[in-house]
Amino acid sequence: MTTEAISPGLSAGTLSGPRGPKPKTVTIGRIGVYAFLIISAVFFLMPLWVMIVTSLKTMPEIREGHLFNWPALLTFDPWLKAWDTACTGRDCNGLKPGFWNSVKITALSVPVSIVIAMINGYALSFWKYKGSELLFGILIFGAFVPFQVVIYPLIIGLSKVGLFATLPGIVVVHTIFGMPILTLLYRNFFASLPIELFKAGRVDGAGFWGIFFRIMLPMSVPITIVAIILQVTGIWNDFLFGTVFAGRENMPMTVQLNNIVTTTTGTREYNVNMAATILTAAVPLVVYFISGKWFVRGIAAGAVKG
Amino acid sequence: MTQIAEPGERAAPGFAGTAAEHKPRTRRKFNIQSVLGTTPMIVTAVGVFVICIIFSIIWSFTNSKLFPNFNFIGLAQYERLWANDRWNISVRNLAVFGVLSIGVSMVFGYLLAVFMDQRIKQEDLFRSIFLYPFAMSLVVTGLVWQWMFDPNLGIQSAVRQLGWTNFEFAPLVKQETALYGLVLGGLWNGVGVTMAILLAGLRGVDSEIWKAAKVDGIPTWKTYLFIVLPMMKGAVATAFILQMTGIVRVFDIVIAMTQGGPGVSTQMPAVYVIQHITDRVNVGQGMAAATMMLLPVMLLIAVQYLLRWNANRKAGRA
Amino acid sequence: MTTSVSIKDLSLNFGNVKVLESLDLEVAQGEFIVLLGPSGCGKSTLLNCIAGLLDVSDGQIFISGKNVTWDEPKDRGIGMVFQSYALYPQMTVEKNLSFGLRVARMPKAEVDARVKRASEILQIEPLLQRKPVELSGGQRQRVAIGRALVRDVDVFLFDEPLSNLDAKLRNDLRIEIKRLHARLKNTMIYVTHDQIEAMTLADRIAIMKNGVIQQLADPHTIYNRPVNLFVAGFIGSPSMNFIKGDLSGTTLSVDGQANIPLGNYQFANQTNGASILGIRPEHIAVGEEARKMPVQMESEIEIVEPMGADTVAWTKIAGQSLTFRAAAEVHLEPGQKVLIGFDPGRGSVFNAASGNRI
Ligand SMILES: Nc1ncnc2c1ncn2[C@@H]1O[C@H](COP(=O)(O)OP(=O)(O)O)[C@@H](O)[C@H]1O
Ligand SMILES: [Mg+2]
Repeated sequence: MTTEAISPGLSAGTLSGPRGPKPKTVTIGRIGVYAFLIISAVFFLMPLWVMIVTSLKTMPEIREGHLFNWPALLTFDPWLKAWDTACTGRDCNGLKPGFWNSVKITALSVPVSIVIAMINGYALSFWKYKGSELLFGILIFGAFVPFQVVIYPLIIGLSKVGLFATLPGIVVVHTIFGMPILTLLYRNFFASLPIELFKAGRVDGAGFWGIFFRIMLPMSVPITIVAIILQVTGIWNDFLFGTVFAGRENMPMTVQLNNIVTTTTGTREYNVNMAATILTAAVPLVVYFISGKWFVRGIAAGAVKG
Repeated sequence: MTQIAEPGERAAPGFAGTAAEHKPRTRRKFNIQSVLGTTPMIVTAVGVFVICIIFSIIWSFTNSKLFPNFNFIGLAQYERLWANDRWNISVRNLAVFGVLSIGVSMVFGYLLAVFMDQRIKQEDLFRSIFLYPFAMSLVVTGLVWQWMFDPNLGIQSAVRQLGWTNFEFAPLVKQETALYGLVLGGLWNGVGVTMAILLAGLRGVDSEIWKAAKVDGIPTWKTYLFIVLPMMKGAVATAFILQMTGIVRVFDIVIAMTQGGPGVSTQMPAVYVIQHITDRVNVGQGMAAATMMLLPVMLLIAVQYLLRWNANRKAGRA
Repeated sequence: MTTSVSIKDLSLNFGNVKVLESLDLEVAQGEFIVLLGPSGCGKSTLLNCIAGLLDVSDGQIFISGKNVTWDEPKDRGIGMVFQSYALYPQMTVEKNLSFGLRVARMPKAEVDARVKRASEILQIEPLLQRKPVELSGGQRQRVAIGRALVRDVDVFLFDEPLSNLDAKLRNDLRIEIKRLHARLKNTMIYVTHDQIEAMTLADRIAIMKNGVIQQLADPHTIYNRPVNLFVAGFIGSPSMNFIKGDLSGTTLSVDGQANIPLGNYQFANQTNGASILGIRPEHIAVGEEARKMPVQMESEIEIVEPMGADTVAWTKIAGQSLTFRAAAEVHLEPGQKVLIGFDPGRGSVFNAASGNRI
């Protein structure tokens, strides 16, 4: 307000103090922060780097050591071999049967498990019935139960109905074990919607399925993306259920990968092993990098277990 | 519960007739569609998480071998279990693995979260880097680290080639250190998640707390440790429970990385159960071990129940 | 006059929390009833019972002479408007309006005609192809009203329809609802916690507290002849002055310091003893005007709040605080001594023990 009154010569003293934005200085603390983050990043990236360079080296070069070096002689043969001809025991078909098995298992299990969980969450939020809360409590308990506790009776049960070691069997298993977390995810989502939306639907005369299909389903697209990410990565990465329930015919990629790498016949081909490892990790990694923030949301959603 | 009123009592002037015949009562509207729609949930909750567990427990009292039977032998399976070195070592391994994994993951995860909270320009990039291992399966994690730990061609040899010829870093070949190798692999896979959860917790703390601490001249690190951390109990609990459930069922990474070896130095209860119901065809023994695995979960639930009961009691008194 | 909505002996519990107990209410055909009360008193609960969105624990509900106690919401002949609008976010305005009709499988021509008529009445025709997110709060609430309108029902239920809007829109839409009622002449049951809405809209107001209707009367009676302390204190802003004293005959003695003659107050059932005189701030005169009043006294101004249109001043009589409303032109300042006066005939006297008007 008084700027006019200040004449340059007269009040030079009062003007010489700090003025305007404080200059940005690079402090030791700031350097420390970045140093810590970068060193951590190196730790997290190192295995990926090693995987990639190893998979592109020839076996003689690998035997020279130099784990971290970029290949002197670039080769893609290990990738082809891993995909097509690597051996597990006497089968030498590479990873591709496992890949296609995983595709089948994932493509069936993801929609089935999500649709069921969506209906569960919807019913638990808007159409509670006597005992529904108890069922939900049991389901949440199920999220914490070590799988080993239920696996054997489940094997017996599925054998009795002829589903053990079949494709539908493994789909059922993934649906069962995905149910607690997905149901919780959807229940929390539906519970966060204004209850008036449901009431308006009832006044408009829609029933259980009418409100579900015409009002709630179209609104659950974002949460369903989270659910899909959660399930695709979860089911693709599964190893235990694949080992136990899928049977030889439907052995998923992770199981096959483990068999290829730990197979004891012949010399170990580290480059092929690493190529196979990357191939197995590729699908969830692609999902991860495409989904970005959604993946983090999925983890956060998955983490609300407590 | 509701006392049924006498019909006459309710007769209202204008609608006397109808009122008398429509005796109101408490009626829970029961939606048959809702029950039908949740049939899979009912079957799963009751069939799997109740009945299967009950069967596991029942078979743990039998001498079932390849196939389940009902020849009850009392607590013999449990006696055999706790007399078995393999099991005792598994339990001890799990305890060491769990304490180390959770401890380091919490400290490292919180450090990462705090450093990420310093208005880092490349936050998204760093987050992607810290989190991507979690997208990969534990089998992949185990195999990669097994390769990195290879005594002849892994990190150890790479560093030795640089001149440090005495450098030792091949934990998986020795009984005493194999478990630490396993912990490191698990951390690489999961720390990012702890970081993400704790960072979300940090961001959820009221920003006015920061302003108040700044005005009061409290150093940043003290604010993070003594003011903010206690305020994010929810995030810490979430991260803890998430890791806890993962650790009790740890299986994949062990199979891929060490197969329980060398010797039995990385044996785990989950592996013990699976081995007994598959290769070792001793279902009764496997079920006894499985039942023991249920204990920590039961304990966790009991604690939670007690806490809630206590909170309710306090609220009731207030 | 025929009865449109009739509630008999209605009770509702959530578990063992009794929210409504033996509530009776008769609403005439075409009447505009406002349920008014503080938050949590059970207004929405009552409305949800009428709509059939909550199962009653006991009692009966009749709409247009039919016992609908066990009927589904859609079969009760009601339309409902919610505070949060509750528009289906993924549907256009047109689809939102027609949803109920399409669920009922009404022929398309009829659906279109009804949507057209409703959107004309509410002047939302240009918005028909938009999604709710593309609408302002006022437009959303219009659509929500339209959704009730297309159902062509006898009874409209409103649950705080204006509470999410800003002050100006609230006034505009309030007038519009009044206009709508004048035009459609159907029964409206309207829940609010805003007394201005209640006073301006209602044919009759039902004042609720803890799930019990305290007074059911037209706005004029509610304002001038509140049946108890709760109603008296709830209606009016600034709220009614309460002067505690001891009643003996027609004199209220206040702490032995002052005696207020209640000469022209019409007692319904005079009871001696601890009593409370209620007098509205706007019924207290100041300065020259006060000289015409039956009761007069000197008092010292403590605080002055200029409101623009008028001024609210705080003072004390016999140690009890008192507010009054003066015209904006009257000059008042703290510390000033003024003469104030009122007519007990315009006030209300309550028994202190029961809280009821005497
Ligand atoms: N679903 C519910 N379960 C338990 N208590 C409820 C439920 N809905 C409302 N209440 C309780 O019933 C009382 C009346 O609620 P409500 O009718 O919503 O009040 P308002 O008059 O503000 O609309 C409140 O005390 C509220 O806590
Ligand atoms: Mg309400």
